[in-house]
This record gives sequence, structure tokens and C-alpha cells, in this order.
Amino acid sequence: MRRLVLLLLAAVLALAASGCGGGGDSSTEGEAQGTSCTKGDLNLVNAGQFTVGTDNPAYPPWFGGDEKSPWKVSDPTSGKGFESAVAYAVAKKLGFNKSEVNWIRVPFNTAFAPGPKKFDVDINQISFKPVRAKAVDFSNSYYDVNQAMVVLKGTPIARAEGIDQLKPYKLGAQLGTTSYDFIQHRIKPSKQPAVFDTNDAAVQALKNKQIDGLVVDLPTAFYVTAAQVENSRILGQFQSTTKEHFGMVLEKGNSLTTCVNSALAQLRTDGTLQNIQDQWLSKVAGAPVLH
Amino acid sequence: MLIAMASTVVFFTLLFLLITNAPGWPEVKATFFNWDAFKDSFPEVARAFLLNVKMFCIAEVFILIFALMLAVVRSLRGPVFFPLRALGIAYADFFRGVPTILVIALLGFGAPALQLQGIPLSTTFWGIVALVLVYTAYVSEVYRAGIESVHPSQDAAARSLGLTHLQSLRTVVLPQAVRRVIPPLLNDFIGLQKDTALVGFLGAVEAFKQSQIDAAATFNYTPFVAAAVLFVSLTIPLARFTDWLVERDRRSRQATGAR
Repeated sequence: MRRLVLLLLAAVLALAASGCGGGGDSSTEGEAQGTSCTKGDLNLVNAGQFTVGTDNPAYPPWFGGDEKSPWKVSDPTSGKGFESAVAYAVAKKLGFNKSEVNWIRVPFNTAFAPGPKKFDVDINQISFKPVRAKAVDFSNSYYDVNQAMVVLKGTPIARAEGIDQLKPYKLGAQLGTTSYDFIQHRIKPSKQPAVFDTNDAAVQALKNKQIDGLVVDLPTAFYVTAAQVENSRILGQFQSTTKEHFGMVLEKGNSLTTCVNSALAQLRTDGTLQNIQDQWLSKVAGAPVLH
Repeated sequence: MLIAMASTVVFFTLLFLLITNAPGWPEVKATFFNWDAFKDSFPEVARAFLLNVKMFCIAEVFILIFALMLAVVRSLRGPVFFPLRALGIAYADFFRGVPTILVIALLGFGAPALQLQGIPLSTTFWGIVALVLVYTAYVSEVYRAGIESVHPSQDAAARSLGLTHLQSLRTVVLPQAVRRVIPPLLNDFIGLQKDTALVGFLGAVEAFKQSQIDAAATFNYTPFVAAAVLFVSLTIPLARFTDWLVERDRRSRQATGAR
């Protein structure tokens, strides 16, 4: 018995010695040669299909159309709403027709999980940050975003006129958003802000007055005040100091990123992106700016 | 002894090699075990962990009291007490049956939504209330098992000395019952410690929520490991302490028996 164990031990040590030398030779493919963006050459999860991820429920104004199972609130497959329209426009530039675009549910938390991705691109109001780009690829901006504050009418915070006056209040944001960073680094409130897993939870807390103000991106703020919380209004928007923008998320080192970027660049030059923005985010311009 | 050691070494070396030679290991290492990310988030997560500690310390005090009351109510005999017993059973069934996260969500968002004058809005408050409700149900079952494990002859002897049922319960049955269930009580205490993380659902920034915030900000899961380390650093010593307590109790009882 003891001999068997020693034998095993020796085998393991030998394996360990041989194992240490290997590895470290897998990072340099696909970089050197120029990427072809013709449809047949694209690096896709499912051949012939453009697989787009987003979270469920899909909220306006990012997604539009009537709720269609399994999607809640809106329907990404409708082509309506800003992000749906952008995704279809990018797909079209890459050579896919509408029926070749396949939407899957990707919760925010899993969009950056290590390992192979289930989507080609994930479009879910995800802000670019350099540190995030270490884990995934980001496309270039498809929307430059400002944060905004939603409050209930007639509450003390609704009388605030500048960022300084927001300090004493209990503020809230949604998990994973840069809204939380904004609260912590620009407003610096005296009370620990609340952070909610979902838009629904954040909205409920605002309704309950468990938080005084909810910080969300400006287009979402318009949706919250118009459809989700009665008697609420946008206190104001905050000008981004960091050129904050949303990008699509792709697997790290994916050759598709270059192609998505060139599609986005074309959409920007030919005015399509602006048209989509005018169509779906037209109401967004009017909020006062808080300094 | 030698064989145990050698086979342990072999087993863990093999496991280690299997994991570190997996094709995805460098990526997993970078996303879950990133030392820089750990150093960045650990102080923040540790600060948030104080909220967990506060919540389970407050909750545990109420749980131990309420659960004992519930167990005593359920042990009352006689048809007069049937409504109380039925209520006790219904309570335990309900709160052991509903997932803790739902109780937390329903209370934490539901109670303040009533907009009653003077009702607390604090998420920590409602989180603690929910945990007390749920764990009272579990812990009452533990107490009840303890009460039932005391041989009926003990109660009969006490009653024959002229003690009432409640006196017998208080001075004869409960002291033996509670002592026997200390290990499972501590077991539920450990469960409670971990479940404080669920209160984060209401927006409270406790250790797990803070680690989620850090993970989402950096797209790196290492902060989760930091939170896990903090939880484990409390629960493991407690588990060892429980073992020690059980062992001490066993020895002292054996010693008494031999005398």
C-alpha cells in the first residue's frame, strides 16, 4: 500500500515538472492579419446569425414595441427603441437581414463572466471604463450619456438647485451603473447611498421614499418619470466630465470588434445613428443642467 | 498517518494541477484571483461587512428569545391551548416554507409602501425584521427537538414533586433541552450570518452588495472572493468553537456519569 502511494507521489511530481514548462503560447493569433469584415469571415457564436444579448426586462426608450414573450416590458426583436434600432442597423451594415439577428437574454452580471460568450455583442447601456476593457472588448460609442436625478415632486430634495445641495440626502442607483460612481465621486453624499439589483427595486424604493433621489442615465430618467413613478420629475441632468459613453460588449480579443466599430463609424458618417437617436431619444434634450 | 498524509498530498496536487492546467485557468485566475483587485476592494468590502455583523448580532438576540417562546407555546399540552399551538405550527410552516429573499423583499419594500405614519423606512430595520421572522421559525424547531429529547420521566418526576407544568419546564426540561441543542443553534447562527447578505436586495450596501458594486465597476469577480474570505473568517472559528463546546459537554457528562 505504502509503495503504491509513493509511486503515485512520484508520478505527480513528474507531471508537475513537465506541466510547469508548458503554457504561455496562446495569445498571438488573429492580431497580425487584417480582419476581413465580409459576412462569411466574421467570428460568430452561431454561424450565419448575429447573436445580440441584452437584459430582460427590456426597458424603453432603449427598447420599444409591445411586450412579447419571453421579453418583458418591451420587445428587442421589434427593431423599435434606441438600442434595438442600433443593433439592427449594425447587423445590416455587417450583411445580416432582420431574420438573421437573434436576441438572447444576458443579465448584466454575466456579460463580463470569463470564458466563451453566448453572444456576439451585448447591448445593454453599458458604460465604457478603461478597467472594464481589461476583461472584455468594448465597441466605440453608440451613445454619449449624461446622468440625471429623479425625485418626487414636493419633497425637500426637489428644491435643490445645485450638486452641493444634494449632499444631505439618501440617494440611490442601480447596480453596475456609473450612476453609483457619480454619486460617490461627484455628489459625495453624507449618507451611504442605496444600490439596487434591478430598475424595479430602485423605482420601488423611490416610490416608498426609502431614497430621496434616484440617479440614472438621462434617457432612463425620462422613462422613470413618464411611466414608472407617478408624481416624480427630473431634477436635472449632470454634464459628464469624462465623456461617458455606452459601448457594446464583446468577448475580449474578438476580431468582430473591429468590424462592429467600422459599421458604427459608417452609421455615424451617413447620419443613420443620429436619425435613430432623433427618433427614439428625441425627448431627452430638455432637462435642465445641474452644476 | 503517513499514508493519510501522502494520499492527501497526492490528491490535492492532482486537483491543483488539473485546475491550473485547464485551458481557461489564466482567464479565471485574472478574473477571480487578481491580487491587485483584491487589495483594492478588500477594505471597502470589510467596511460593508460591519453592517452584516451588526445585522446578525441584533437579529440573533431576538431570534433566540422569540424562538424559545414559540417552542414553549408549541409544547403546551391540553385542548385549551389548541389555538396557540395551531398558530405556532402555522407560523413555523409558513416562514420555513417561504424563501428568505422573498420575505425580505415583501417586508422591505411592502411595509414602507403602506405609507403609514411612523412606520420605519430603513432597509436595515426591515432586513433584520425579516431575518428574525424566518430564523425564529427554524430555531423554534431546534428548541422543540431539544424539549422533546428530554425524557418524559424527567417532567413526571418534577410534577410529582409538586411543580406546575411551567415550573417543570423552566427548571427541569429547558436547562437540559437548551444544552443539548447548542450545536444546532450555532449551526443556524452561521446560516443567519450568511443570509444577512440577502438584505442587500433592498439596497443596503453590505459586504456582498459592496463586492457586487466593485465587481460591476471593474468587470472582475475578485471582490466576491474578498467577501467570501470575510464571511468564512467568522463562520469557521464559530464552527470549531461549536465542536469544542460539544466535546466539552460530552466529557463533562461522561465524568458526571462515572462519579
